[in-house]
Amino acid sequence: MTDALAEKAATPRDVLTGSAPLADESEGMSYLQSLPRQLVTVYLPLSLILFVLLFPFYWMALTSVKPDEQLLDLETYSPFWTWNPTLKHVYKLLFETDYPTWLWNTMLVAICATALSIIASVLAAYAIVRLRYKGAQWVGGAIFLAYLVPPSILFIPLSTVVFQYGLFDTPFALILTYPTILIPFSTWLLMGYFKTIPFELEECALIDGASRWQILTRIVLPLAVPGLISAFIFCFTLCWNEFIYALTFISSTQYKTVPVAIVTALVDGDIYRWGSLMAGAMIGSLPLVILYAFFVEHYVSAMTGAVKE
Amino acid sequence: MAIALDSRPMRDVTAWNQLKTNRNWLAIWFMLPAAAFLILFLAYPLGLGVWLSFTDARLGRDGIFVGFENYEYLWEDSIFWLSVFNTLLYTSVASIIKFAVGLYLALLLNERLPFKAIIRAVVLIPFIVPTVLSAIAFWWLFDPQFSIISWSLKKMGLITANIDFLGDVWNARWSVIFANIWRGVPFVAITLLAGLQTVSPSLYEAATIDGATTWQRFRYITYPLLTPIIAVVMTFSVLFTFTDFQLIWVMTRGGPVNATHLMATFSYQRAIMSGYLGEGAAISTAMIPFLLGAILVSWFGLQRRKWQQGESND
Repeated sequence: MTDALAEKAATPRDVLTGSAPLADESEGMSYLQSLPRQLVTVYLPLSLILFVLLFPFYWMALTSVKPDEQLLDLETYSPFWTWNPTLKHVYKLLFETDYPTWLWNTMLVAICATALSIIASVLAAYAIVRLRYKGAQWVGGAIFLAYLVPPSILFIPLSTVVFQYGLFDTPFALILTYPTILIPFSTWLLMGYFKTIPFELEECALIDGASRWQILTRIVLPLAVPGLISAFIFCFTLCWNEFIYALTFISSTQYKTVPVAIVTALVDGDIYRWGSLMAGAMIGSLPLVILYAFFVEHYVSAMTGAVKE
Repeated sequence: MAIALDSRPMRDVTAWNQLKTNRNWLAIWFMLPAAAFLILFLAYPLGLGVWLSFTDARLGRDGIFVGFENYEYLWEDSIFWLSVFNTLLYTSVASIIKFAVGLYLALLLNERLPFKAIIRAVVLIPFIVPTVLSAIAFWWLFDPQFSIISWSLKKMGLITANIDFLGDVWNARWSVIFANIWRGVPFVAITLLAGLQTVSPSLYEAATIDGATTWQRFRYITYPLLTPIIAVVMTFSVLFTFTDFQLIWVMTRGGPVNATHLMATFSYQRAIMSGYLGEGAAISTAMIPFLLGAILVSWFGLQRRKWQQGESND
């Protein structure tokens, strides 16, 4: 019976909107609950949790537009709001520090590393799922294991490796090491997508004389676009989020990525630093939040896809 | 057509054709990029890390084999044991609370709600924003002088002096654990929600007709059907909490007096900041047995899922 249930597994869109037929039916019994009861058992705890989850962002945004004197004087002004917002902190950040460079570095590293990883993962996932060569299952298992190797036990030996290869303190150190985090994840995700593409399509193409490469580029990839988008944006997010490699492998300020630069270069001991620190955190998160806003469903599918199977 | 086929000589199958069409050869070409990355930058460093832990390597200098000296040194080192204790405390407390709150949040989100889609999308934002950047926000929220939390509690008359969130040993531990939970709950909640939506509502209806209470419906329907996904989600959660680095590094750098040093931050401090690569590698290597434990749990979780769904279910 669980088998049948698993087949009806909710798609990411359903997870978000609850529009699956199953989810609609599950609402069938909720009329048994009265509104006051629902207020206490559902709305109250939910709004409490939401408040805790979102308050840091509100605080971040508020701090980044507050004038300095209001930041540190909690008594004369109400700390929860400001009537005279200022862009001084943002201005200082963008024009008096290297922030734009850091933003550009992060973007460059994230896009290059993601592109490399996706290409490698597409090929690997296709080979594992569809070429089914000798030992493909073992390789699949090994890739899952690689997914479980965390960067924080690898960075010490990797730093010597990066040094040996002459990559230390260049963007390539990051572009080439990030794929080790991204490839296992995206291969795993894409394997799941490729499995859902009917085998018959490929058989037809093979009979028509298409090569494996043609099958991959003309048949499989166009059908796997949602999976590719999921893998792409999730990898991009992971790159943007990565910290320990960037902290270890990069030492000159002009190559730093946003997370590292904010922690090492922007924290300068200035008592009025909070405004620009928060502005830096805000602007650093914005690209991801915007991306997320457009591709919510793909994020969810990437997350659940990585956990399922 | 048949004639044409027959007249085709066998020698057409050259070595090159063999390379282009043979499944195993083709697979090698396809696997090459991924394998190159994973071998050069993952498998090799992983082995190298274990080797380094048996040498006295320093930053910028190759070491020589010293046997278990690094481990013996760590065994005597009270800060190392403190970091092990911190890591275990951090992982266990944070994971248990993340699971409880995450599951609760998933159940709440599974209810009928207005603006369902927006609420669910918003819940995931803490997970999307880079950890370092939200950790900086927490650093500011936990500021000893200007913390808004202290201010609010003072205004409410609950405390009289500011709380020293990151300066006191236990306060600092609870503060970083809280920040970790804050970031982890959305992931647990959204993945469990995906699992919850696969549970057929007819089961709940049947149980309700049979007179099951809310708790019984959860305990005997939701929980057993959710177990496989819980096992996987929690393994990931434990794994990433155990190896956490960013949050601690940004908020406390392991302080005050090493009270929040996790094994990862401690190994960074020893290997990169003090330059004792061998010792740092030994600390990292010491994390591996714990990780293996987590992976085994995950594997058995998956096996159980297979067993529930039948072997053939791919």
